Amino acid sequence: MSGARRRREEWHGRLLVAPTLAVVAAVVLVPFAAGVVLAFQEVRLIEVRALGWGDLEVSFANFARVLGGSGFWAAARTTLVYAVATTAGSLAAGLALALALRRPFRGRGLVRGVVLVPYVLPVVAATTVVAALLNPQYGPVNAVGERFLGWDAPVDVLTTRDVEVAGFPVPVALTAVVLFEVWKSFPLAFLFLTARLQAVPAELEEAAVVDGASPTQVFRHVLLPQLAGVLALLGLLRFIWSFQNFTDVYLLTGGAGGTEVVAVRVYTELVTRADIGAASALGVLMTVVLAVPLVVYVRATGRGRV
Amino acid sequence: MRRRWDRHAVERRVLGVLRVAVVAGAVAAAAGPVLYGVVLSVRPFPDVAADPLGLPGPGSWDPSAYGRALAPEERGGFGLAGFMANSLVVAVATTLAAVACSVLGAYAAVRLRFFGRDAVNGLFLAVYLFPGIVLAVPLFVLFGRLGLTGSLPGLVLIYLAQTVPVALYMLRGYFQAVPVSVEEAAEVDGCSRRQVIVRVVLPMALPGLAATGLYVFMIAWNEFLFALLFLAPDRDRWTVALGVARLADFSVPAPVLMAGSVAVTVPVVAGFLLAQRLLVSGLTAGAEKG
Repeated sequence: MSGARRRREEWHGRLLVAPTLAVVAAVVLVPFAAGVVLAFQEVRLIEVRALGWGDLEVSFANFARVLGGSGFWAAARTTLVYAVATTAGSLAAGLALALALRRPFRGRGLVRGVVLVPYVLPVVAATTVVAALLNPQYGPVNAVGERFLGWDAPVDVLTTRDVEVAGFPVPVALTAVVLFEVWKSFPLAFLFLTARLQAVPAELEEAAVVDGASPTQVFRHVLLPQLAGVLALLGLLRFIWSFQNFTDVYLLTGGAGGTEVVAVRVYTELVTRADIGAASALGVLMTVVLAVPLVVYVRATGRGRV
Repeated sequence: MRRRWDRHAVERRVLGVLRVAVVAGAVAAAAGPVLYGVVLSVRPFPDVAADPLGLPGPGSWDPSAYGRALAPEERGGFGLAGFMANSLVVAVATTLAAVACSVLGAYAAVRLRFFGRDAVNGLFLAVYLFPGIVLAVPLFVLFGRLGLTGSLPGLVLIYLAQTVPVALYMLRGYFQAVPVSVEEAAEVDGCSRRQVIVRVVLPMALPGLAATGLYVFMIAWNEFLFALLFLAPDRDRWTVALGVARLADFSVPAPVLMAGSVAVTVPVVAGFLLAQRLLVSGLTAGAEKG
Protein backbone atom coordinates (compact mmCIF):
# COMPACT_ATOMS: atom_id res chain seq x y z
CA MET A 1 0.00 0.00 0.00
CA SER A 2 1.43 3.38 -0.95
CA GLY A 3 2.17 6.02 1.67
CA ALA A 4 -0.28 8.51 0.22
CA ARG A 5 -3.08 5.97 0.23
CA ARG A 6 -2.28 5.00 3.84
CA ARG A 7 -2.32 8.65 4.93
CA ARG A 8 -5.63 9.21 3.19
CA GLU A 9 -7.15 6.19 4.98
CA GLU A 10 -5.90 7.55 8.29
CA TRP A 11 -7.39 10.96 7.56
CA HIS A 12 -10.73 9.58 6.29
CA GLY A 13 -11.09 7.33 9.33
CA ARG A 14 -10.75 10.21 11.75
CA LEU A 15 -13.04 12.40 9.68
CA LEU A 16 -15.81 9.80 9.56
CA VAL A 17 -15.71 9.15 13.29
CA ALA A 18 -15.59 12.86 14.12
CA PRO A 19 -19.37 13.60 14.15
CA THR A 20 -20.14 10.72 16.53
CA LEU A 21 -17.17 11.59 18.67
CA ALA A 22 -18.27 15.24 18.85
CA VAL A 23 -21.77 14.31 20.00
CA VAL A 24 -20.51 11.82 22.55
CA ALA A 25 -17.98 14.33 23.87
CA ALA A 26 -20.56 17.11 24.15
CA VAL A 27 -23.39 15.12 25.69
CA VAL A 28 -21.60 12.34 27.59
CA LEU A 29 -17.94 13.04 28.34
CA VAL A 30 -18.13 16.74 29.21
CA PRO A 31 -21.31 16.33 31.32
CA PHE A 32 -19.79 13.37 33.14
CA ALA A 33 -16.70 15.39 33.98
CA ALA A 34 -18.97 18.21 35.10
CA GLY A 35 -20.88 15.74 37.27
CA VAL A 36 -17.70 14.62 38.99
CA VAL A 37 -16.73 18.25 39.62
CA LEU A 38 -20.22 19.07 40.94
CA ALA A 39 -20.06 16.13 43.35
CA PHE A 40 -17.31 18.00 45.19
CA GLN A 41 -19.15 21.35 45.29
CA GLU A 42 -21.64 22.36 47.92
CA VAL A 43 -24.15 23.84 45.55
CA ARG A 44 -27.89 24.01 45.07
CA LEU A 45 -29.80 24.45 41.85
CA ILE A 46 -30.43 28.19 42.37
CA GLU A 47 -26.76 28.91 43.01
CA VAL A 48 -25.44 26.93 40.08
CA ARG A 49 -26.14 29.69 37.55
CA ALA A 50 -23.76 32.00 39.34
CA LEU A 51 -21.09 29.33 39.78
CA GLY A 52 -17.81 30.33 38.11
CA TRP A 53 -14.44 28.63 37.73
CA GLY A 54 -13.10 30.61 40.68
CA ASP A 55 -15.71 29.21 43.06
CA LEU A 56 -14.70 25.57 42.57
CA GLU A 57 -13.63 23.70 45.66
CA VAL A 58 -12.90 20.17 46.78
CA SER A 59 -15.40 19.34 49.49
CA PHE A 60 -16.41 15.90 50.66
CA ALA A 61 -19.46 17.29 52.42
CA ASN A 62 -21.84 15.91 49.77
CA PHE A 63 -20.50 12.40 50.14
CA ALA A 64 -20.71 12.62 53.93
CA ARG A 65 -24.28 13.92 53.73
CA VAL A 66 -25.35 11.33 51.16
CA LEU A 67 -23.76 8.36 52.94
CA GLY A 68 -25.17 9.46 56.30
CA GLY A 69 -28.59 10.39 54.93
CA SER A 70 -31.58 8.54 56.33
CA GLY A 71 -32.44 5.55 54.22
CA PHE A 72 -29.29 5.58 52.07
CA TRP A 73 -28.05 2.16 53.10
CA ALA A 74 -31.56 0.73 52.84
CA ALA A 75 -31.75 2.11 49.29
CA ALA A 76 -28.31 0.70 48.47
CA ARG A 77 -29.44 -2.71 49.70
CA THR A 78 -32.72 -2.47 47.75
CA THR A 79 -30.80 -1.54 44.60
CA LEU A 80 -28.48 -4.51 44.97
CA VAL A 81 -31.32 -6.95 45.67
CA TYR A 82 -33.29 -5.52 42.76
CA ALA A 83 -30.35 -5.76 40.33
CA VAL A 84 -29.29 -9.27 41.37
CA ALA A 85 -32.83 -10.71 41.45
CA THR A 86 -33.73 -9.10 38.13
CA THR A 87 -30.57 -10.39 36.47
CA ALA A 88 -31.03 -13.93 37.77
CA GLY A 89 -34.72 -14.01 36.86
CA SER A 90 -34.20 -12.53 33.42
CA LEU A 91 -31.43 -14.98 32.52
CA ALA A 92 -33.32 -17.99 33.93
CA ALA A 93 -36.54 -17.12 32.09
CA GLY A 94 -34.71 -16.35 28.85
CA LEU A 95 -32.71 -19.59 29.04
CA ALA A 96 -35.77 -21.74 29.83
CA LEU A 97 -37.65 -20.27 26.88
CA ALA A 98 -34.71 -20.52 24.49
CA LEU A 99 -34.35 -24.22 25.34
CA ALA A 100 -38.10 -24.83 25.14
CA LEU A 101 -38.28 -23.26 21.67
CA ARG A 102 -35.23 -25.07 20.32
CA ARG A 103 -37.02 -27.81 18.47
CA PRO A 104 -39.18 -26.60 15.57
CA PHE A 105 -42.95 -26.97 15.76
CA ARG A 106 -45.91 -25.44 13.98
CA GLY A 107 -46.35 -21.84 15.04
CA ARG A 108 -42.87 -21.46 16.53
CA GLY A 109 -42.22 -18.33 14.47
CA LEU A 110 -45.39 -16.75 15.81
CA VAL A 111 -44.50 -17.67 19.41
CA ARG A 112 -41.03 -16.14 18.94
CA GLY A 113 -42.59 -12.91 17.72
CA VAL A 114 -45.17 -12.74 20.53
CA VAL A 115 -42.71 -13.31 23.38
CA LEU A 116 -40.65 -10.32 22.21
CA VAL A 117 -43.56 -7.94 22.75
CA PRO A 118 -42.73 -7.02 26.38
CA TYR A 119 -39.27 -5.91 25.26
CA VAL A 120 -40.52 -3.45 22.63
CA LEU A 121 -43.51 -2.17 24.58
CA PRO A 122 -43.10 1.48 25.61
CA VAL A 123 -42.22 1.41 29.33
CA VAL A 124 -44.94 3.87 30.18
CA ALA A 125 -47.61 1.76 28.48
CA ALA A 126 -46.32 -1.35 30.23
CA THR A 127 -46.35 0.26 33.68
CA THR A 128 -49.81 1.73 33.11
CA VAL A 129 -51.26 -1.65 32.17
CA VAL A 130 -49.52 -3.43 35.05
CA ALA A 131 -50.75 -0.80 37.51
CA ALA A 132 -54.29 -1.44 36.24
CA LEU A 133 -53.82 -5.20 36.59
CA LEU A 134 -52.75 -4.71 40.20
CA ASN A 135 -55.31 -2.01 41.05
CA PRO A 136 -57.01 -2.75 44.40
CA GLN A 137 -60.45 -1.54 43.20
CA TYR A 138 -60.88 -2.90 39.70
CA GLY A 139 -57.74 -4.91 38.99
CA PRO A 140 -58.15 -8.56 37.99
CA VAL A 141 -55.24 -9.75 40.17
CA ASN A 142 -57.02 -8.73 43.36
CA ALA A 143 -60.32 -10.01 41.98
CA VAL A 144 -58.76 -13.44 41.45
CA GLY A 145 -57.13 -13.30 44.87
CA GLU A 146 -60.35 -12.49 46.67
CA ARG A 147 -62.60 -14.76 44.68
CA PHE A 148 -60.44 -17.86 44.33
CA LEU A 149 -57.46 -17.61 46.69
CA GLY A 150 -59.26 -16.54 49.84
CA TRP A 151 -57.58 -13.13 50.31
CA ASP A 152 -59.35 -11.22 53.11
CA ALA A 153 -58.96 -7.80 51.53
CA PRO A 154 -57.50 -6.40 48.31
CA VAL A 155 -53.75 -5.77 48.45
CA ASP A 156 -52.39 -2.53 47.05
CA VAL A 157 -49.39 -4.38 45.66
CA LEU A 158 -47.39 -1.34 44.53
CA THR A 159 -47.40 0.43 47.91
CA THR A 160 -47.34 -2.51 50.34
CA ARG A 161 -43.93 -3.18 51.84
CA ASP A 162 -44.49 -6.76 52.96
CA VAL A 163 -47.06 -9.30 54.05
CA GLU A 164 -46.68 -12.21 56.45
CA VAL A 165 -46.71 -15.61 54.81
CA ALA A 166 -46.41 -18.49 57.28
CA GLY A 167 -44.87 -16.14 59.81
CA PHE A 168 -42.22 -14.70 57.45
CA PRO A 169 -42.38 -11.19 56.01
CA VAL A 170 -42.42 -11.39 52.20
CA PRO A 171 -41.66 -8.16 50.31
CA VAL A 172 -44.59 -7.28 48.04
CA ALA A 173 -43.83 -4.11 46.11
CA LEU A 174 -40.18 -5.06 45.60
CA THR A 175 -41.19 -8.47 44.25
CA ALA A 176 -43.61 -6.74 41.89
CA VAL A 177 -40.97 -4.38 40.45
CA VAL A 178 -38.50 -7.26 40.10
CA LEU A 179 -41.06 -9.42 38.28
CA PHE A 180 -41.94 -6.48 36.05
CA GLU A 181 -38.31 -6.01 35.07
CA VAL A 182 -37.83 -9.74 34.47
CA TRP A 183 -40.93 -9.68 32.26
CA LYS A 184 -39.63 -6.66 30.37
CA SER A 185 -36.09 -7.93 29.87
CA PHE A 186 -36.24 -11.72 29.44
CA PRO A 187 -36.96 -11.45 25.68
CA LEU A 188 -33.52 -9.94 25.07
CA ALA A 189 -31.83 -12.78 26.98
CA PHE A 190 -33.99 -15.21 25.02
CA LEU A 191 -32.88 -13.66 21.71
CA PHE A 192 -29.17 -13.80 22.49
CA LEU A 193 -29.32 -17.31 23.91
CA THR A 194 -31.32 -18.55 20.92
CA ALA A 195 -28.74 -17.08 18.55
CA ARG A 196 -25.93 -18.75 20.48
CA LEU A 197 -27.76 -22.10 20.70
CA GLN A 198 -28.12 -22.11 16.91
CA ALA A 199 -24.35 -21.84 16.62
CA VAL A 200 -23.64 -24.91 18.82
CA PRO A 201 -22.22 -27.59 16.50
CA ALA A 202 -24.73 -30.44 16.15
CA GLU A 203 -21.93 -33.06 16.30
CA LEU A 204 -21.15 -32.15 19.92
CA GLU A 205 -24.64 -33.01 21.07
CA GLU A 206 -24.96 -36.06 18.84
CA ALA A 207 -21.71 -37.46 20.21
CA ALA A 208 -22.92 -36.98 23.78
CA VAL A 209 -26.22 -38.70 23.00
CA VAL A 210 -24.43 -41.63 21.36
CA ASP A 211 -22.31 -41.91 24.50
CA GLY A 212 -25.52 -42.35 26.48
CA ALA A 213 -25.94 -38.89 28.00
CA SER A 214 -29.44 -38.04 29.21
CA PRO A 215 -31.09 -34.74 28.17
CA THR A 216 -30.13 -33.00 31.42
CA GLN A 217 -26.58 -34.32 31.12
CA VAL A 218 -26.36 -32.99 27.58
CA PHE A 219 -27.50 -29.61 28.87
CA ARG A 220 -25.13 -29.62 31.84
CA HIS A 221 -22.01 -30.85 30.06
CA VAL A 222 -22.46 -29.80 26.43
CA LEU A 223 -24.83 -26.83 26.11
CA LEU A 224 -24.09 -24.92 29.32
CA PRO A 225 -20.34 -24.62 28.67
CA GLN A 226 -21.15 -23.34 25.17
CA LEU A 227 -23.57 -20.76 26.57
CA ALA A 228 -21.33 -19.62 29.44
CA GLY A 229 -19.82 -16.70 27.53
CA VAL A 230 -23.14 -15.25 26.41
CA LEU A 231 -24.66 -15.81 29.86
CA ALA A 232 -21.79 -13.91 31.47
CA LEU A 233 -22.13 -11.01 29.02
CA LEU A 234 -25.92 -10.88 29.38
CA GLY A 235 -25.61 -11.07 33.16
CA LEU A 236 -23.17 -8.17 33.17
CA LEU A 237 -25.34 -6.01 30.91
CA ARG A 238 -28.56 -6.77 32.78
CA PHE A 239 -26.93 -6.09 36.14
CA ILE A 240 -25.61 -2.73 34.94
CA TRP A 241 -28.94 -1.73 33.40
CA SER A 242 -31.02 -2.85 36.41
CA PHE A 243 -28.68 -1.25 38.93
CA GLN A 244 -29.16 2.15 37.32
CA ASN A 245 -32.84 1.68 36.43
CA PHE A 246 -34.90 4.72 37.28
CA THR A 247 -37.82 4.78 34.87
CA ASP A 248 -39.49 1.44 35.62
CA VAL A 249 -39.33 1.75 39.40
CA TYR A 250 -40.36 5.41 39.37
CA LEU A 251 -43.34 4.80 37.09
CA LEU A 252 -44.55 1.74 38.99
CA THR A 253 -44.14 2.73 42.63
CA GLY A 254 -42.41 6.12 42.74
CA GLY A 255 -40.10 4.48 45.28
CA ALA A 256 -42.90 3.56 47.72
CA GLY A 257 -43.30 0.30 49.60
CA GLY A 258 -39.60 -0.42 50.10
CA THR A 259 -38.66 -0.01 46.44
CA GLU A 260 -36.62 3.17 46.76
CA VAL A 261 -33.53 2.41 44.67
CA VAL A 262 -30.53 4.75 44.50
CA ALA A 263 -31.54 6.00 41.03
CA VAL A 264 -34.85 7.24 42.45
CA ARG A 265 -32.92 8.95 45.25
CA VAL A 266 -30.79 10.76 42.65
CA TYR A 267 -33.97 12.09 41.07
CA THR A 268 -35.39 13.15 44.45
CA GLU A 269 -32.17 14.98 45.37
CA LEU A 270 -32.06 16.66 41.96
CA VAL A 271 -35.69 17.68 41.43
CA THR A 272 -37.43 17.66 44.81
CA ARG A 273 -34.58 18.95 46.98
CA ALA A 274 -32.69 20.78 44.20
CA ASP A 275 -29.47 19.58 45.85
CA ILE A 276 -27.12 19.31 42.87
CA GLY A 277 -24.10 18.37 44.96
CA ALA A 278 -25.82 15.44 46.66
CA ALA A 279 -27.36 14.18 43.41
CA SER A 280 -23.95 14.31 41.69
CA ALA A 281 -22.26 12.57 44.60
CA LEU A 282 -24.81 9.75 44.41
CA GLY A 283 -24.15 9.50 40.66
CA VAL A 284 -20.40 9.24 41.20
CA LEU A 285 -20.91 6.51 43.81
CA MET A 286 -23.15 4.57 41.41
CA THR A 287 -20.54 4.82 38.65
CA VAL A 288 -17.80 3.56 40.94
CA VAL A 289 -19.89 0.56 42.03
CA LEU A 290 -20.84 -0.25 38.42
CA ALA A 291 -17.21 -0.14 37.33
CA VAL A 292 -16.44 -3.16 39.54
CA PRO A 293 -18.38 -5.86 37.63
CA LEU A 294 -17.27 -4.33 34.33
CA VAL A 295 -13.58 -4.54 35.26
CA VAL A 296 -14.05 -8.08 36.60
CA TYR A 297 -15.70 -9.11 33.34
CA VAL A 298 -13.05 -7.56 31.11
CA ARG A 299 -10.29 -9.15 33.21
CA ALA A 300 -11.98 -12.57 33.24
CA THR A 301 -12.68 -12.72 29.52
CA GLY A 302 -9.41 -11.11 28.58
CA ARG A 303 -10.90 -8.87 25.97
CA GLY A 304 -10.79 -5.14 26.11
CA ARG A 305 -13.35 -4.63 23.39
CA VAL A 306 -16.50 -6.42 22.35
CA MET B 1 -28.36 -50.56 31.60
CA ARG B 2 -31.99 -50.69 32.66
CA ARG B 3 -31.64 -47.88 35.19
CA ARG B 4 -30.11 -45.52 32.66
CA TRP B 5 -32.95 -46.07 30.24
CA ASP B 6 -35.40 -45.34 33.03
CA ARG B 7 -33.66 -42.09 33.72
CA HIS B 8 -33.80 -41.13 30.06
CA ALA B 9 -37.48 -41.93 29.78
CA VAL B 10 -38.37 -40.01 32.94
CA GLU B 11 -36.30 -37.00 31.91
CA ARG B 12 -37.81 -36.95 28.46
CA ARG B 13 -41.33 -37.14 29.86
CA VAL B 14 -40.75 -34.41 32.48
CA LEU B 15 -38.90 -32.12 30.09
CA GLY B 16 -41.63 -32.58 27.50
CA VAL B 17 -44.25 -31.36 29.99
CA LEU B 18 -41.97 -28.53 31.14
CA ARG B 19 -41.40 -27.43 27.56
CA VAL B 20 -45.12 -27.05 26.92
CA ALA B 21 -45.58 -25.28 30.27
CA VAL B 22 -42.72 -22.83 29.62
CA VAL B 23 -43.92 -21.95 26.12
CA ALA B 24 -47.54 -21.54 27.24
CA GLY B 25 -46.49 -19.50 30.26
CA ALA B 26 -44.25 -17.23 28.18
CA VAL B 27 -46.94 -16.59 25.58
CA ALA B 28 -49.52 -15.86 28.29
CA ALA B 29 -47.13 -13.55 30.15
CA ALA B 30 -46.11 -11.70 26.98
CA ALA B 31 -49.52 -11.30 25.37
CA GLY B 32 -51.81 -11.32 28.44
CA PRO B 33 -51.16 -7.83 29.81
CA VAL B 34 -51.34 -6.28 26.34
CA LEU B 35 -54.67 -7.99 25.60
CA TYR B 36 -55.94 -6.93 29.01
CA GLY B 37 -55.04 -3.32 28.19
CA VAL B 38 -56.92 -3.51 24.89
CA VAL B 39 -59.99 -5.07 26.52
CA LEU B 40 -60.02 -2.53 29.33
CA SER B 41 -59.79 0.34 26.83
CA VAL B 42 -63.07 -0.66 25.15
CA ARG B 43 -65.05 -1.68 28.25
CA PRO B 44 -67.29 0.95 29.85
CA PHE B 45 -65.73 1.70 33.25
CA PRO B 46 -68.82 0.89 35.39
CA ASP B 47 -68.75 -2.64 33.93
CA VAL B 48 -65.05 -2.99 34.83
CA ALA B 49 -65.62 -1.84 38.40
CA ALA B 50 -68.62 -4.18 38.80
CA ASP B 51 -66.84 -7.22 37.37
CA PRO B 52 -63.05 -6.92 37.00
CA LEU B 53 -62.75 -10.39 35.45
CA GLY B 54 -65.54 -10.06 32.89
CA LEU B 55 -65.18 -9.67 29.16
CA PRO B 56 -67.12 -7.14 27.10
CA GLY B 57 -70.15 -8.68 25.42
CA PRO B 58 -70.37 -8.54 21.63
CA GLY B 59 -72.60 -5.46 21.65
CA SER B 60 -70.96 -3.49 24.44
CA TRP B 61 -67.65 -2.46 22.83
CA ASP B 62 -67.13 1.21 23.43
CA PRO B 63 -64.20 2.80 21.59
CA SER B 64 -65.01 6.32 22.81
CA ALA B 65 -62.05 6.24 25.25
CA TYR B 66 -59.69 6.52 22.26
CA GLY B 67 -61.40 9.71 21.12
CA ARG B 68 -61.14 11.23 24.58
CA ALA B 69 -57.49 10.24 24.98
CA LEU B 70 -56.44 11.63 21.60
CA ALA B 71 -58.56 14.79 21.34
CA PRO B 72 -56.97 18.13 22.26
CA GLU B 73 -57.74 19.65 25.66
CA GLU B 74 -59.94 22.41 24.25
CA ARG B 75 -62.33 19.75 23.05
CA GLY B 76 -62.49 17.89 26.34
CA GLY B 77 -59.80 15.35 25.49
CA PHE B 78 -56.41 14.63 26.99
CA GLY B 79 -54.25 15.86 24.12
CA LEU B 80 -52.50 12.60 23.31
CA ALA B 81 -52.48 13.26 19.56
CA GLY B 82 -50.42 16.38 20.24
CA PHE B 83 -47.98 14.41 22.41
CA MET B 84 -47.69 11.84 19.63
CA ALA B 85 -46.83 14.59 17.15
CA ASN B 86 -44.08 15.83 19.50
CA SER B 87 -42.71 12.32 19.92
CA LEU B 88 -42.81 11.77 16.18
CA VAL B 89 -40.73 14.90 15.55
CA VAL B 90 -38.22 14.02 18.25
CA ALA B 91 -37.95 10.36 17.25
CA VAL B 92 -37.63 11.04 13.50
CA ALA B 93 -34.99 13.74 14.05
CA THR B 94 -33.05 11.44 16.39
CA THR B 95 -33.27 8.57 13.92
CA LEU B 96 -32.01 10.58 10.95
CA ALA B 97 -29.13 12.09 12.90
CA ALA B 98 -28.15 8.81 14.58
CA VAL B 99 -28.21 6.84 11.34
CA ALA B 100 -26.19 9.52 9.55
CA CYS B 101 -23.52 9.63 12.27
CA SER B 102 -23.35 5.89 12.71
CA VAL B 103 -23.11 5.13 8.97
CA LEU B 104 -19.91 7.16 8.85
CA GLY B 105 -18.57 5.83 12.15
CA ALA B 106 -19.44 2.20 11.42
CA TYR B 107 -17.84 2.33 7.98
CA ALA B 108 -14.65 3.74 9.48
CA ALA B 109 -14.69 1.11 12.23
CA VAL B 110 -15.12 -1.76 9.76
CA ARG B 111 -12.99 -0.73 6.77
CA LEU B 112 -10.45 1.89 7.72
CA ARG B 113 -7.35 1.63 9.84
CA PHE B 114 -6.64 4.83 11.68
CA PHE B 115 -4.91 5.94 14.85
CA GLY B 116 -7.09 5.41 17.93
CA ARG B 117 -9.71 3.25 16.22
CA ASP B 118 -9.89 0.66 19.00
CA ALA B 119 -9.95 3.35 21.67
CA VAL B 120 -12.85 5.07 19.92
CA ASN B 121 -14.77 1.79 19.62
CA GLY B 122 -14.21 1.07 23.30
CA LEU B 123 -15.37 4.56 24.20
CA PHE B 124 -18.63 4.11 22.29
CA LEU B 125 -19.25 0.82 24.08
CA ALA B 126 -18.64 2.52 27.43
CA VAL B 127 -21.17 5.22 26.51
CA TYR B 128 -23.73 2.51 25.79
CA LEU B 129 -23.28 1.15 29.31
CA PHE B 130 -23.12 4.50 31.03
CA PRO B 131 -25.91 5.12 33.58
CA GLY B 132 -28.44 7.58 32.17
CA ILE B 133 -29.47 8.70 35.63
CA VAL B 134 -25.86 9.70 36.42
CA LEU B 135 -25.65 11.85 33.28
CA ALA B 136 -29.06 13.32 34.01
CA VAL B 137 -27.74 15.50 36.84
CA PRO B 138 -24.99 17.41 34.99
CA LEU B 139 -27.06 17.53 31.77
CA PHE B 140 -29.91 19.08 33.72
CA VAL B 141 -27.53 21.71 35.09
CA LEU B 142 -25.60 22.37 31.87
CA PHE B 143 -28.66 22.51 29.62
CA GLY B 144 -30.29 24.77 32.17
CA ARG B 145 -27.37 27.17 31.93
CA LEU B 146 -27.49 27.06 28.13
CA GLY B 147 -31.25 27.57 28.12
CA LEU B 148 -31.80 24.26 26.35
CA THR B 149 -34.14 22.69 28.91
CA GLY B 150 -37.66 22.64 27.59
CA SER B 151 -36.49 22.55 23.98
CA LEU B 152 -37.08 19.58 21.71
CA PRO B 153 -33.72 20.05 19.87
CA GLY B 154 -31.95 19.74 23.23
CA LEU B 155 -33.76 16.47 23.82
CA VAL B 156 -32.86 15.23 20.33
CA LEU B 157 -29.19 15.92 21.07
CA ILE B 158 -29.34 13.77 24.21
CA TYR B 159 -31.21 10.95 22.50
CA LEU B 160 -28.67 11.09 19.69
CA ALA B 161 -25.79 10.57 22.11
CA GLN B 162 -27.63 7.74 23.82
CA THR B 163 -28.51 5.87 20.62
CA VAL B 164 -25.52 6.43 18.34
CA PRO B 165 -23.34 3.79 20.08
CA VAL B 166 -25.97 1.04 19.64
CA ALA B 167 -26.69 2.14 16.09
CA LEU B 168 -22.99 2.06 15.31
CA TYR B 169 -22.64 -1.39 16.83
CA MET B 170 -25.57 -2.75 14.81
CA LEU B 171 -24.43 -1.16 11.55
CA ARG B 172 -20.93 -2.53 12.02
CA GLY B 173 -22.42 -6.01 11.80
CA TYR B 174 -24.31 -5.21 8.61
CA PHE B 175 -21.31 -3.52 6.97
CA GLN B 176 -19.09 -6.48 7.78
CA ALA B 177 -21.46 -8.59 5.69
CA VAL B 178 -20.71 -6.46 2.59
CA PRO B 179 -17.87 -8.19 0.71
CA VAL B 180 -14.68 -6.12 0.56
CA SER B 181 -14.10 -7.32 -3.00
CA VAL B 182 -17.17 -5.43 -4.24
CA GLU B 183 -15.85 -2.22 -2.73
CA GLU B 184 -12.40 -2.81 -4.18
CA ALA B 185 -13.91 -3.39 -7.60
CA ALA B 186 -15.74 -0.06 -7.33
CA GLU B 187 -12.49 1.64 -6.30
CA VAL B 188 -10.70 0.14 -9.29
CA ASP B 189 -13.46 1.57 -11.45
CA GLY B 190 -12.53 4.99 -10.11
CA CYS B 191 -15.02 5.56 -7.31
CA SER B 192 -13.93 7.84 -4.50
CA ARG B 193 -14.45 6.79 -0.87
CA ARG B 194 -17.66 8.82 -0.72
CA GLN B 195 -18.97 7.20 -3.89
CA VAL B 196 -18.09 3.74 -2.59
CA ILE B 197 -20.11 4.38 0.58
CA VAL B 198 -23.09 5.96 -1.15
CA ARG B 199 -23.30 3.75 -4.25
CA VAL B 200 -22.05 0.37 -3.00
CA VAL B 201 -22.10 -0.04 0.77
CA LEU B 202 -25.36 1.72 1.61
CA PRO B 203 -27.54 -0.04 -0.99
CA MET B 204 -26.17 -3.42 0.08
CA ALA B 205 -26.71 -2.66 3.77
CA LEU B 206 -30.10 -1.01 3.23
CA PRO B 207 -32.16 -3.57 5.19
CA GLY B 208 -29.73 -3.24 8.07
CA LEU B 209 -29.97 0.53 7.84
CA ALA B 210 -33.76 0.30 8.11
CA ALA B 211 -33.57 -2.03 11.11
CA THR B 212 -31.07 0.24 12.87
CA GLY B 213 -33.24 3.28 12.20
CA LEU B 214 -36.29 1.50 13.58
CA TYR B 215 -34.43 0.53 16.73
CA VAL B 216 -33.29 4.10 17.32
CA PHE B 217 -36.82 5.33 16.66
CA MET B 218 -38.19 2.95 19.27
CA ILE B 219 -35.71 4.08 21.92
CA ALA B 220 -36.46 7.76 21.26
CA TRP B 221 -40.23 7.17 21.19
CA ASN B 222 -40.13 5.27 24.51
CA GLU B 223 -37.67 7.40 26.48
CA PHE B 224 -39.01 8.82 29.72
CA LEU B 225 -36.32 10.13 32.11
CA PHE B 226 -34.98 13.04 30.07
CA ALA B 227 -38.43 13.96 28.81
CA LEU B 228 -39.52 14.16 32.45
CA LEU B 229 -36.53 16.27 33.48
CA PHE B 230 -36.60 18.68 30.55
CA LEU B 231 -40.21 19.00 29.44
CA ALA B 232 -42.32 18.48 32.57
CA PRO B 233 -43.27 22.15 33.08
CA ASP B 234 -44.37 22.70 29.47
CA ARG B 235 -47.41 20.61 28.60
CA ASP B 236 -47.37 21.64 24.91
CA ARG B 237 -44.02 19.94 24.44
CA TRP B 238 -44.75 16.67 26.25
CA THR B 239 -43.80 13.47 24.47
CA VAL B 240 -46.00 10.37 24.64
CA ALA B 241 -44.05 8.75 27.48
CA LEU B 242 -44.36 11.85 29.63
CA GLY B 243 -47.96 12.49 28.57
CA VAL B 244 -49.24 9.03 29.47
CA ALA B 245 -47.28 8.99 32.75
CA ARG B 246 -48.72 12.38 33.75
CA LEU B 247 -52.25 11.28 32.86
CA ALA B 248 -51.76 8.26 35.10
CA ASP B 249 -50.99 10.66 37.99
CA PHE B 250 -54.29 12.48 37.57
CA SER B 251 -57.59 10.74 38.14
CA VAL B 252 -58.10 9.91 34.48
CA PRO B 253 -60.65 7.11 33.91
CA ALA B 254 -58.94 3.76 33.47
CA PRO B 255 -60.31 3.05 29.96
CA VAL B 256 -58.94 6.40 28.72
CA LEU B 257 -55.57 5.60 30.27
CA MET B 258 -55.55 2.19 28.60
CA ALA B 259 -56.63 3.71 25.28
CA GLY B 260 -53.68 6.11 25.56
CA SER B 261 -51.27 3.29 26.35
CA VAL B 262 -52.52 1.24 23.42
CA ALA B 263 -52.31 4.23 21.09
CA VAL B 264 -48.66 4.95 21.93
CA THR B 265 -47.80 1.25 21.68
CA VAL B 266 -49.26 0.55 18.25
CA PRO B 267 -46.59 2.41 16.20
CA VAL B 268 -43.60 0.74 17.84
CA VAL B 269 -45.02 -2.77 18.04
CA ALA B 270 -46.25 -2.60 14.42
CA GLY B 271 -42.84 -1.40 13.25
CA PHE B 272 -41.13 -4.07 15.27
CA LEU B 273 -43.26 -6.92 13.97
CA LEU B 274 -42.68 -5.72 10.39
CA ALA B 275 -38.92 -5.67 10.73
CA GLN B 276 -38.56 -8.36 13.36
CA ARG B 277 -36.19 -10.72 11.54
CA LEU B 278 -33.83 -7.92 10.55
CA LEU B 279 -33.81 -6.36 13.99
CA VAL B 280 -33.17 -9.63 15.74
CA SER B 281 -30.24 -10.53 13.53
CA GLY B 282 -28.77 -7.05 14.00
CA LEU B 283 -29.10 -7.06 17.77
CA THR B 284 -27.65 -10.52 18.27
CA ALA B 285 -24.91 -10.25 15.66
CA GLY B 286 -22.19 -10.68 18.27
CA ALA B 287 -23.82 -13.55 20.13
CA GLU B 288 -22.79 -16.42 17.86
CA LYS B 289 -19.17 -15.80 18.59
CA GLY B 290 -19.95 -16.20 22.30
